Amino acid sequence: MTDTITPQVVREHGLSDAEYAKVKLLLGREPNLVELGIFSVMWSEHCSYKSTRAHLRTLPTKAPWVLQGPGENAGVIDIGDGDAAIFKMESHNHPSFIEPYQGAATGVGGIMRDVFTMGARPIAMMNALRFGEPDHPKTRHLVSGVVSGIGGYGNCMGVPTVGGEVNFHRSYNGNILVNAMCVGLARTDNIFLSAAKGAGNPVVYVGSKTGRDGIHGATMASAEFNEDSEEKRPTVQVGDPFTEKLLLEACLELMATDAIIAIQDMGAAGLTSSSAEMADKGGSGIELDLDRVPQRETNMTAYDMMLSESQERMLAVLKPGREAEAERIFKKWELDFAVIGRTTDTGRLVVKHHGKVVADIPVPALSDEAPVYQRPFDRATPRADAVVIDEKRSVTQSLLTLMATPDLCSRRWIWEQYDQTVMNDTVQRPGGDAAVVRVHGTKKALAITTDVTPRYCKADPFEGAKQAVAEAYRNLSAVGARPLAITDNLNFGNPEKPEIMGEIVAGIDGIGEAARALDFPVISGNCSLYNETNGEAILPTPAIGGVGLMKNVDRMATVAFKRDGDAIILIGETKGHLGQSIYLREIEGREEGNAPPVDLAAEKRNGTFVRGLIEDGKLDTVHDVSDGGLLTAIAEMAIGGGIGAMLYANTKSIPQLFGEDQGRYLIAIPKAEVDMLLFSARDARIPAALIGHTGGDKLSVEGAGAAATIADLRRTHESWFPRFMRGEEIPPTN
Amino acid sequence: MKSAVVVFPGSNCDRDAATALEQLTGQKPHMAWHQDTTLPDVDLIVLPGGFAYGDYLRCGAMAAQSPIMRDVKKKADEGTAVLGICNGFQVLTETGLLPGALIRNADLKFVCRSVALEVEETQSVFTRAYNKGERVLFPVAHGEGNYVADEETLDRLEQEGRVAFRYAPGDNPNGSARNIAGILSEKRNVLGLMPHPERVCDPLLGGTDGAALFKSLIETLS
Repeated sequence: MTDTITPQVVREHGLSDAEYAKVKLLLGREPNLVELGIFSVMWSEHCSYKSTRAHLRTLPTKAPWVLQGPGENAGVIDIGDGDAAIFKMESHNHPSFIEPYQGAATGVGGIMRDVFTMGARPIAMMNALRFGEPDHPKTRHLVSGVVSGIGGYGNCMGVPTVGGEVNFHRSYNGNILVNAMCVGLARTDNIFLSAAKGAGNPVVYVGSKTGRDGIHGATMASAEFNEDSEEKRPTVQVGDPFTEKLLLEACLELMATDAIIAIQDMGAAGLTSSSAEMADKGGSGIELDLDRVPQRETNMTAYDMMLSESQERMLAVLKPGREAEAERIFKKWELDFAVIGRTTDTGRLVVKHHGKVVADIPVPALSDEAPVYQRPFDRATPRADAVVIDEKRSVTQSLLTLMATPDLCSRRWIWEQYDQTVMNDTVQRPGGDAAVVRVHGTKKALAITTDVTPRYCKADPFEGAKQAVAEAYRNLSAVGARPLAITDNLNFGNPEKPEIMGEIVAGIDGIGEAARALDFPVISGNCSLYNETNGEAILPTPAIGGVGLMKNVDRMATVAFKRDGDAIILIGETKGHLGQSIYLREIEGREEGNAPPVDLAAEKRNGTFVRGLIEDGKLDTVHDVSDGGLLTAIAEMAIGGGIGAMLYANTKSIPQLFGEDQGRYLIAIPKAEVDMLLFSARDARIPAALIGHTGGDKLSVEGAGAAATIADLRRTHESWFPRFMRGEEIPPTN
Repeated sequence: MKSAVVVFPGSNCDRDAATALEQLTGQKPHMAWHQDTTLPDVDLIVLPGGFAYGDYLRCGAMAAQSPIMRDVKKKADEGTAVLGICNGFQVLTETGLLPGALIRNADLKFVCRSVALEVEETQSVFTRAYNKGERVLFPVAHGEGNYVADEETLDRLEQEGRVAFRYAPGDNPNGSARNIAGILSEKRNVLGLMPHPERVCDPLLGGTDGAALFKSLIETLS
């Protein structure tokens, strides 16, 4: 690469002509190559949120229990007794498509650093994954690589991976999604932020050495893919979970002292973004001397070092005079430690190398002055086409088929590769509505879920986004937790296309509306745009990670049936909405109709009612009704408990059994308590209907033909994933 | 019963072992750093699970060379009870305190799930609170738990009653020779096992089948 800035070089750095003109205006001169590189990453979509910032401002981010909203490394909520939960979800989509193992592994490592840099010990990981069609030639390789990458990193860190979600759809054939969420625990009075306040304070570099890996990762994540994208493999970073484990322990040890003023992980855009963001938040300047940066390779240039995305590194500002104490801790953990600069009062980011100033940029030029676009958008009319089905199909056969479809089958093949129980606090493992992790040494627990239904979002981005938030709310309520806050990971196509921008705007509006109605604020998040390959966008996928609090973990519900002879009651209203349902897609072979509408007031009422029963110790068996509708939910409860069920004839139509109406829960209670429950439901204006009872070893629907045995259901539910991964021929599902 | 848990860089079940010990004995164990050269006078030494030194060489190979391991070996030779769980078992085979080796799982994948074990030997400080042949459910969580040794060694382990735990038939998660899940040293004071007893000592976490292992130790060593 030459040092002369030509229009070609500017374009290669992803800056438009107008943006480059603005750079020159802000600097009052031409930038040099190092400066151009710094602007390029800081003004990339990935770092600057230039297309979404104006819309993200409309999201509700506050509640009495929110201690830190968006803008820091992660969001923080108060969970009582001086405890805080810190969490965030982040994408690592582009790298994971190019190099699935390392892409996914470093995604896990990056989100963990975001959480422990704030003073929290990570206690749980979740993953929201989207892959292309199962029979696409790359899919199996990507599933295998991503899953082992997530496991390889998380297992070594000793943080349990407790759940997540997986979908397959052709729109992800050339652009998979790997969204990782980390939840950590801290004390409310020991939370660390990234504002580098004050002048003359030492800036220290800790962790791994800097290499040439990952240079321009943030820029890559801000562009569409084409056939040549696999040549970008060198921009994918390589993870070292062992070093990260040491970094975690060393950081927590240092955080137990009061030596730190500010700390931030070096994630996307590495040293550049960490130093610029810390100076920006602190209203200070930073001067860095690159000769002191621990380096893994020889002859690294300033450009290399400022743009490297080498993993497992942190930047911290210490109180003056505390360097030796900090160094002792990092040396004990056999990590690099170097004072590489100091804070200043100049408001500038000044970078020196070999005694010369190689970059000198006003900090606000990289943050506040970064471009913000009001991109034109076109909000499409939601689909409204009618849905016609063959009413005569066998219910049992359809159920058996659905249980073995890629989107509904058991994910055991995946989660058994994750250590789910390390740390000894995992109370509910993957497979339920939400994972439940105890707050160590207490009776409290956090419930965690990730949700979004991309096919709904495609049909109606606004209702689909509402649905994602509502389903997170429902999944947390279904285990008995009070939903407290969410993190959002907005995965969309190219925002420069008005129809995609329309999906983004509608999606953010939908999240906002649901979050406001459900008192479920957004406290952190991440945007991943340009998820397109050769001009084909992914389904809009605003993944929502939700966290809720359970005060007494002894009062909790799970999906498994627990007793023979329990009454099965359906909470919520059933209209039989088959538009965009799994049934329609898998059984009728059509992706049609509109997404199910979400009544947020009903969501709140129904959720509060179910949660109240669990908290009062009156309910231990609950399952939310979502993908696949009522009958697949019942099947999951039956498989979970090894107990069958008989549904009464009032549910026997296909729309009732497989429709995906929202706001619904299935509960099972002893028969003696049914009258009381129906009475209190009526009192609270909650629709509740007795629809069947548990017992036996079969699942049957009165008047709907032959029953399915639990053994058959389990076998078919469990078989798809391992067979798919072994590369066996799988018969078409319909 | 006084106990110590050794912490290597990369250990990640040290806290779990300590929590289980504290809950069951009422005493906090001593946490020993890998660079310490001597352990305090204790009745039980635990080598916990995890990825010592990242397991970037053979699992447990680097940890086996840690300064602390010289004293662990010495105390084991003198008769102190030593319990190696998962990565701890790998460290014990690498130090030669137990025979054989642990290699990649037969299907080459990390596996985390509950497995059924049969308690084969109750004549040890670790297993006397179990009944011979008792079935217990312990979780496993490892990528390299496939126990191998030459036929002669395997025969000898069986003849001397040193196979403490076996995976129940049909539930071997890693391809381990003769379904071996855990073995004892010649003097029966060292136990290495791949499954995690410390993760099943609390009914809320899916069972208490592991508590009897610690109960055995407490009854014998207190």
